[in-house]
Amino acid sequence: MSTPAPQSPPRAAVAAAAAPATAAGPKPVPATRRSTGRRAPAGPPLTRRQKIGNWIVGAIVSLGGITMIAPLVWMFSTSLKTREAVFALPPEWIPSPAQWENYLRVWDAGPLLSGIMNSAVVAVSVTVVGGAASAVAAYAFAKMRLPFKGVIFLSLLAAIMIPFPTLMIPQFQMFAFAGLVDTLWPLILPAIFGNIIMVFFLRQYLDSVPDAIIEAAKIDGAGHFQIFWRLIFPIIRPAIAAQFILWFMAVWNDYLAPIIYLNSPEVQTLQLVIARFNATYASQTDYPLIMAASCIALVPVLTVFVIFQRQIIESIALTGSKG
Amino acid sequence: MTATIAPPQPPGPPPAPPRPSRRDRSARACSNRLHRSEHRTAALFIALPVLGFALFVLYPIGFAVVTSFTAWNGITSPVFTGLDNYVRMIGDQYFWKSLGNTVYMMMAIPVGLLLSLVLALAMNRRMRGTTFFRTIYYIPVISSIAAIAILWQWAYNGDFGLINQALGMVGIDGPNWLQNPATSKLAIMIMAVWKGLGFSMLLYLAALQSVPRQLYEAAAIDGASTLQQFWAITVPMLRPVTFFLVVTNIIGGAQIFVEVNIMTPDGGPEFSTATIVWYIWRQAFEYLNMGYATAISLMLGLLVFVVTALQFA
Repeated sequence: MSTPAPQSPPRAAVAAAAAPATAAGPKPVPATRRSTGRRAPAGPPLTRRQKIGNWIVGAIVSLGGITMIAPLVWMFSTSLKTREAVFALPPEWIPSPAQWENYLRVWDAGPLLSGIMNSAVVAVSVTVVGGAASAVAAYAFAKMRLPFKGVIFLSLLAAIMIPFPTLMIPQFQMFAFAGLVDTLWPLILPAIFGNIIMVFFLRQYLDSVPDAIIEAAKIDGAGHFQIFWRLIFPIIRPAIAAQFILWFMAVWNDYLAPIIYLNSPEVQTLQLVIARFNATYASQTDYPLIMAASCIALVPVLTVFVIFQRQIIESIALTGSKG
Repeated sequence: MTATIAPPQPPGPPPAPPRPSRRDRSARACSNRLHRSEHRTAALFIALPVLGFALFVLYPIGFAVVTSFTAWNGITSPVFTGLDNYVRMIGDQYFWKSLGNTVYMMMAIPVGLLLSLVLALAMNRRMRGTTFFRTIYYIPVISSIAAIAILWQWAYNGDFGLINQALGMVGIDGPNWLQNPATSKLAIMIMAVWKGLGFSMLLYLAALQSVPRQLYEAAAIDGASTLQQFWAITVPMLRPVTFFLVVTNIIGGAQIFVEVNIMTPDGGPEFSTATIVWYIWRQAFEYLNMGYATAISLMLGLLVFVVTALQFA
């Protein structure tokens, strides 16, 4: 905790700015303030030995970085080749001419567009409704009086340890009984009741919010709905945003639940569509088409990641210290 | 990210104990009334997650226990068969094989953790570009496992894949990774390490940066070498995050499915990549042996639970 934070975490600042009502009280400072990275130039000048060390370590880290990124670059490169150029030896990294029409062809080759739509429907409805359910629950668990609150919370938390494969067959039977197999409902319904991991983190975050401001609001005659909406929600908005993004990406990338429920091409989510692409077009050795579809599947999440990088990385870093 | 194991009481003030009433009785009655209304609202606020827990966790568990004692194809009504499914499991070589494969693949966990620690130590230096590399290493983590599995299946292609071309540059004639029972598991493990490295590295990096600098300064004054400092300060300070990573990795590793389903749809050459979840999935949704699959899935749940509990013990 003594680490000087060169850039104070945005959450505290945003929270304070977004909640002028709380400005009178002490600022809600998250329990752990730390920033990962961007600490290079600060501090005393590096010694010669440190500089040489940095060169060696930098070389190793770069080599690792190339290993990390090379497969993805190769994937993109393959997506721009002709079917024959894929088998050229030695391989070419920059295909010439680049076959951009692969990215036009791919939309007609399978239900890619409906896959994107289905994934978006599931991910948005799950995260919006489930996120709201998680947020109010977190507020109740953190700040409200309720008998057996701790026991209830711990049982919910213990449920995380039960692997989904243990629950999937009974859940499948429930949805089969309700006639909902091969629709998007089995992917949406179990999740809109809230996500206990999100409840856990929001509850932790709320620990840093002083009870006094809630008591003050009560004395002013605010009901709990009002307190949540006007006071708590603005404070925990940054934490909600971070959890929201992480959850959205997890739902977007999910594969096991979709594969057991969805058969018809028109209801399949994006991940299933590209897996189907893979199975279908590999036998025709149309690797550029497969890779183009996979690249398209990666783009939304990569975009979200690039935009919200700081928030994502900071909330992940917090995961370890809070867990 | 799957599991977060909380200490029973998180740090910070304990959650609002019932307050001793200070004034006279009427005030107490009033506060009781207030509490009751607060209880109602609080119950309403947590109603959805509790209902979801009952519907999609408790009920399925009960259902699974009952189903595991039946022969059932999911369509006609189940037939009670007692312990038959469990007896069958003991004699089922494919069950043991897939369980063994799963455990084997989990040996990638310590390798991945060690690599990520080394990387985190490297990134913890005062050095330019660490933010950039942190992002690079994290991209595989956020990428969809389906797309990544498709990509690596192609990368493992014996003749034209990226891996063997890279090996070829250093003069190694790579195998046909996924078609060879000797290398198919290793192929999936390498991919898993590649995909998970960024996550562990990030957590280690955050933990490293939270170690108080004074500890190292004090140790340096006492004449401790860098290596001694590492063993005496860094390693103990990293224990909680290591614990967290081991637990989450085991829970995740026991459930490997997507990679196998996409890269080796038939469980690999000689059943060499079939994992336990893959086998459950196949028994349940390909062969419609719902009763038997449920019994295996309960075993998996128990196994994960025991391993997690052992970590705490």
